[in-house]
Amino acid sequence: MLQIECPWCGPRDQDEFQCGGEAHIVRPAAPEELSDAQWADYLFNRANTKGAHAEQWCHSGGCRRWFNLVRDTVSYKILSVYPVGDSPPQENP
Amino acid sequence: MSGARRLPAGSLIDRSRSITFRFNGKEYSGHPGDTLASALLAQGVRLFGRSFKYHRPRGVVGAGAEEPNALVQLGEGAYSTPNLRATQIELYQGLTARTVNGWPSLAFDIGSINNWLAGLLPAGFYYKTFMWPRSAWTHYERFIRRAAGLGVAPTAPDPDRYDKIHRHCDVLVAGGGPAGLLAALAAARAGARVILADEQSRFGGSLLYSDAKISGESALDWVNATVSELEANPNVTLLPRSTVTGYYDHNFLVINERRTHHLGPGQADPRVSRERLWRVRASQVVLATGAIERPLVFEGNDVPGVMLCSAVSTYIRRYAVVPGRRGAVFTNNDSGYQTAVDMAWAGMEVSGVVDLRPSPSGQAVETVEALGIPVYTGHVVCGTRSNAKGLKRIELALLTDNGSEILSHKGLLDCQVLAISGGWSPTVHLHSQSGAKARFDEDLACFVPGNSVQAELSAGSSAGVFDLAGCLSGGVKAGVAAAAASGWAGATPDAPMAKGGQSGAIQACWEVPSTELGPTGTKKFLDFQNDTTVADVQLAVREGYRSIEHVKRYTALGFGTDQGKLGNINGMAILASALGQTLNQTGTTTFRPNYTPVTFGAISGRAIGEDQFDPIRKTAVHPWHVRQGAIFEDVGQWKRPWYYPCDGEDMPTAVNRECAATRQGVGVLDASTLGKIDIKGPDAAEFLNRLYTNRWDKLQPGRCRYGLMLGEDGMVMDDGVTTCIGPGHYLMTTTTGGAAAVMGWMERWLQTEWPELKVFLTSVTDHWSVMSVAGPQSRQLLEDVGCDFDLGGKAFSFMSMREGSVAGISARVSRISFSGELAFEISVNANYGLALWETVMEVGQRFDITPYGTEAMHVLRAEKGYVIVGQDTDGSVTPLDLGMQWIVSETKDFIGKRSLARSDTARDNRKQLVGLLTKDSAQVLPEGAQLVNAPSESRPVPMIGHVSSSYFSANLKRSIALALVKGGVSRMGSTVYAQLMDGAIVPATITSPVFLDPENERQRQEVV
Repeated sequence: MLQIECPWCGPRDQDEFQCGGEAHIVRPAAPEELSDAQWADYLFNRANTKGAHAEQWCHSGGCRRWFNLVRDTVSYKILSVYPVGDSPPQENP
Repeated sequence: MSGARRLPAGSLIDRSRSITFRFNGKEYSGHPGDTLASALLAQGVRLFGRSFKYHRPRGVVGAGAEEPNALVQLGEGAYSTPNLRATQIELYQGLTARTVNGWPSLAFDIGSINNWLAGLLPAGFYYKTFMWPRSAWTHYERFIRRAAGLGVAPTAPDPDRYDKIHRHCDVLVAGGGPAGLLAALAAARAGARVILADEQSRFGGSLLYSDAKISGESALDWVNATVSELEANPNVTLLPRSTVTGYYDHNFLVINERRTHHLGPGQADPRVSRERLWRVRASQVVLATGAIERPLVFEGNDVPGVMLCSAVSTYIRRYAVVPGRRGAVFTNNDSGYQTAVDMAWAGMEVSGVVDLRPSPSGQAVETVEALGIPVYTGHVVCGTRSNAKGLKRIELALLTDNGSEILSHKGLLDCQVLAISGGWSPTVHLHSQSGAKARFDEDLACFVPGNSVQAELSAGSSAGVFDLAGCLSGGVKAGVAAAAASGWAGATPDAPMAKGGQSGAIQACWEVPSTELGPTGTKKFLDFQNDTTVADVQLAVREGYRSIEHVKRYTALGFGTDQGKLGNINGMAILASALGQTLNQTGTTTFRPNYTPVTFGAISGRAIGEDQFDPIRKTAVHPWHVRQGAIFEDVGQWKRPWYYPCDGEDMPTAVNRECAATRQGVGVLDASTLGKIDIKGPDAAEFLNRLYTNRWDKLQPGRCRYGLMLGEDGMVMDDGVTTCIGPGHYLMTTTTGGAAAVMGWMERWLQTEWPELKVFLTSVTDHWSVMSVAGPQSRQLLEDVGCDFDLGGKAFSFMSMREGSVAGISARVSRISFSGELAFEISVNANYGLALWETVMEVGQRFDITPYGTEAMHVLRAEKGYVIVGQDTDGSVTPLDLGMQWIVSETKDFIGKRSLARSDTARDNRKQLVGLLTKDSAQVLPEGAQLVNAPSESRPVPMIGHVSSSYFSANLKRSIALALVKGGVSRMGSTVYAQLMDGAIVPATITSPVFLDPENERQRQEVV
């Protein structure tokens, strides 16, 4: 069970959270102008990254706030936590 | 006679007290400190069970968690627990146990005929034989399961309580042997909060059967002193009888603590739970889980009397059990020599130490030779001779110089006990569960921990350190390191001194060569519990299996209650050799939690029963429903009245009565369970515009509107009526089951996609009690109840809301209808819900008011063709599929809109909502029935849809159904066929889904 650093409540068990999948998928401003393929790309296609993966999480059993984090999908290490709307922090090599 | 007996003095049993117990119906006695296995061995019991496939007689092999054979059903009735290892069951007064695998009896086992048919039972036999024809499998399965044995789950409710406990600690130490004790001590002295867990009843691990000296004192005295210091330290939690069973992500570990098992049923303080599951988040973990000795693989290595060296030493030193009159040792490493010393110390005759190494040397060998015990170097045991009581003789052979073949047969040695050691396998289970990968060390001939993935380190023999001095110093080092890594760097102990020289190198041996001199065709067992042999693994390779994971499943190697603790490494080595690979190339199977089996009681804890497993939600009016004799149905977590039977009515009669009364007079429904979300803010209307398919910006205060919510994929997700309470203030209702999900959905869009919208959401589902009064007489009833506003159709039109007082209670009243009748939905503060309900029911008596439940509600709405999201939709249905184009705005964007134009969603032969009328008006189709165009079509007959809702309508005096049918809207009047489970074929005509009052005149009733 992951331990997730909620930006508002501190480190809490994964039990209290809900994962919203890949982050930084922005809803198109004018969906009607998109082709079926472009819309499907927004709707269905995900990167399925091996390694550092930015994803949305919600502290649904706590403060109910959404936030972003970067998680290594191999080691499950959480590399950073940052607010919705921010770009993922650049990792120091 | 085997010559088994108890030593008169020494060891860890309490001879001053005797315990009587029953095994397979016969009475025995033992002492406190005994396990079931040790007490039985002391009394000459050698046969503990029969093997899984060949039903060969089997005895105790080990002394702990690795035991594959001595599986018992412990206790009786509700307390009974299946498949426990006799080697781990602490004896208590009145204990009863029986062998799990010996049907019909232990001594005469009908299944042992399989032993004679062994040539017909190769690996994969069941797959090859019984899986074809498939239909026959259920027939075979019953027979196979019975013959295969294993215990039975109790059928009575568990009388005991189980608990869970959550902890954080700086250092969790798994295993309380020499390394674990010192790791805990070092970390504790540094100031760290420490949890030390060990699966046994007392700490000490291998020291419990050791004659070693530590810092000049006996190993046991040293253990006692160390445990005393740990006990006195308030930062240390000591958990004996506690197995660290699982290592999960982010250093989350689960410990299964058995609190009262050792006392027996009914003997413990009833306030103490039987087991407790510790859920621990540890900053650092020290794995001091020890090592498990490997058997040697030779012909006939499974007969009762062949035991691990460590087990023989344990029974002698810890339990004072002399397991036989005469013993012998077969080893490929130094540790077997200590067992020969222990045997001699216990007064056994030792026929010899058979060491397959050509020239072992060193202190261990010298000590044994000094005792006058013959050492057969370069020799192997190539066969066994046994009778019904077990082992009698072993067959000795000399190896060739390179050890690959038998050179010559060397005759027989007498012994009832053969102690075997093929080396040690570090218990890397938890290390592997943590995500790390064990690697094979050629010099040590075992898998050792690889690089850590999480904050853990191994110490002692679980790290591949097999001498006591190394375990002691390694424990200190690990404890200091773990404490420092969690921020503690205080005083640390020096590693105590232990004598014991450098031990000689092991010579890996995965299979003793066969000899034609021995009894032919005798099997070499790898996995005793599953009867997997060397030949089985080799056969799997010949048949094309390559992956260890596949070979495991084909041969059953490593299945069962021991999960390969004893036999897996040997099996992997045999596979590697058959494939011409190194062990690192072949690898191991995946080590998964749990290390040893955990009971369902411990896993569920207190979350059992109707009131603990999941919360139950009841409306404010619930007590009235109960008094009225309502039958309830579960809707999500809610208890909702399903129907109200009167005077012994059955369900159809009650539902028909409720439906008719609502259409003809007045009915009343408790609608409190619908989700309610209060939406406030200057951008609330814009937010609703984006959420719902229709427009909301023109909705005036006091007006209500129905809305349909889609997922971004265009599929219907929820529906409900939203009311404009005032400027920038709305009350949304959702489906009962969808309330939480819709709330979460709205929060997510506001927080992640549209943070610029100024909107507040508050869940107010439980704040309001809602009663829906429906039927032609509902207006008259409410006037009699007393409202302080005009209920007339001109002043209070359909789809509007009034705030005022009803029966003197402040209320919101909405003219909305899910039944198609004139209806008023009255919402009051939930605290007044029951009072209002009782008042309305009392006044309503003159109208013969009828409470109706969810079933009548479903029938009434189906008569009107109103869908229920989640029943008539399934996540693949668009508003257009439901014929609800009228609610889909062309003039704005909303969630899911673009998807409605996708080629797949826009095609015209999608499944569409229609009505179905069976030709036989009395026949009610089952919901879920599949529909076809013509039953005579060639197979497979194409399915064109299914029935989603189906009822008998008392008002229409016939059955009605809603269905989703491919291209259904364009097929009005045509016939489809429902194929029922019993083979019946029911014709039905496609109609409009609206069966009653298509002009909606009943619910509007604008003119009084």
